[in-house]
Amino acid sequence: MFGYEFYVDPSRCIGCKACENACAECDTHRGTPMIHVDFLDRRESIATVPTVCMHCDHPTCAEVCPADAIKKTEDGVVQSSLKPRCVACSNCVLACPFGVPKMMPRLEQMMKCDMCYDRTSEGRRPMCATVCPSQALAYVTPARMAAERRQAPSNVFQFGNQTITTKVFMMLPPDQPAVSVDVVDYMWEGRP
Amino acid sequence: MKLLRRASATPLWRDEFSVHTVDERYVNRRQFAKFLVLTSLGMLAGQLWILLRSLWRRPSAHPARLVAKAGEVPVGGVKLFNYPGPDDPCILVRTAEERYVAYSQKCTHLSCAVYYEAARGRLECPCHEGYFSVEDGSVLQGPPPRPLPRLALQRRGADLVAAGFEGEEA
Repeated sequence: MFGYEFYVDPSRCIGCKACENACAECDTHRGTPMIHVDFLDRRESIATVPTVCMHCDHPTCAEVCPADAIKKTEDGVVQSSLKPRCVACSNCVLACPFGVPKMMPRLEQMMKCDMCYDRTSEGRRPMCATVCPSQALAYVTPARMAAERRQAPSNVFQFGNQTITTKVFMMLPPDQPAVSVDVVDYMWEGRP
Repeated sequence: MKLLRRASATPLWRDEFSVHTVDERYVNRRQFAKFLVLTSLGMLAGQLWILLRSLWRRPSAHPARLVAKAGEVPVGGVKLFNYPGPDDPCILVRTAEERYVAYSQKCTHLSCAVYYEAARGRLECPCHEGYFSVEDGSVLQGPPPRPLPRLALQRRGADLVAAGFEGEEA
């Protein structure tokens, strides 16, 4: 859908795992969710965070792939690994700064979120965003997002020396600078 | 490949193994021309190699070997032997008092062993009913694509000697 963007707001996540189940319903990978809902710090907090692929502009997973199996399409979506090429080396799993790719040992293939390419490429919303009851995962226009939320979307992340810009936006607290956010720290500490 | 590449800021591996689907599918004119030239050169080198090999290599003559004594095989009888190697079965047929013929026993269709059908004067391959003329080995009927290779027989005194195949340089 032209003009629509994907927004992730961990502060809205209630940990219902509706997204995981909706994702696992998909016919292209039935039974295996490509989205993960994790507790940030189970001992301290009940806060959860959904992890979808951020679809980086320069995807580290694809750049480290020795088999050339991960490809990015013209619309900016980083696809799951190509079955004929993937050698199940787990390079991408280790390299991704967001921890998105997962190795499926049963299939000997890496599989990851491809923003429901079968749906979004023909103008439908990703499965997780359609079922998320608190809209922690939202697939809407930027204008609508700006009108409805206090938080500011950001798609620039700093991991040490690596600056990453992504297709998917992360909603940040309004007092947080929108650029150069240590997302790892933000996610693991569980506070702004 | 570095010599053939225009100076560019992006490293070669990013061009060669682009993460973008579009770049992977896209072949520009320069790459296509390079592909054509290199494959043509490869073909040329291969042809030259074949040419040189055929110039250098002389056909090796098979050594003459005793097949049978003159009276050993009765008229209409056969003798099986191996020539030129131990795994190359051949068949010697005495068709008349003073006429001997010898062929490779491997059918030219699928290498079954042919045998001599004396009543009709022909060699038969039982696998697919291929028939060869006993006179010259030509195909009379059936699936074999070529005549049977015929051995050049020589009479040396009382001995019958095989000296290579007919149609080959001795």
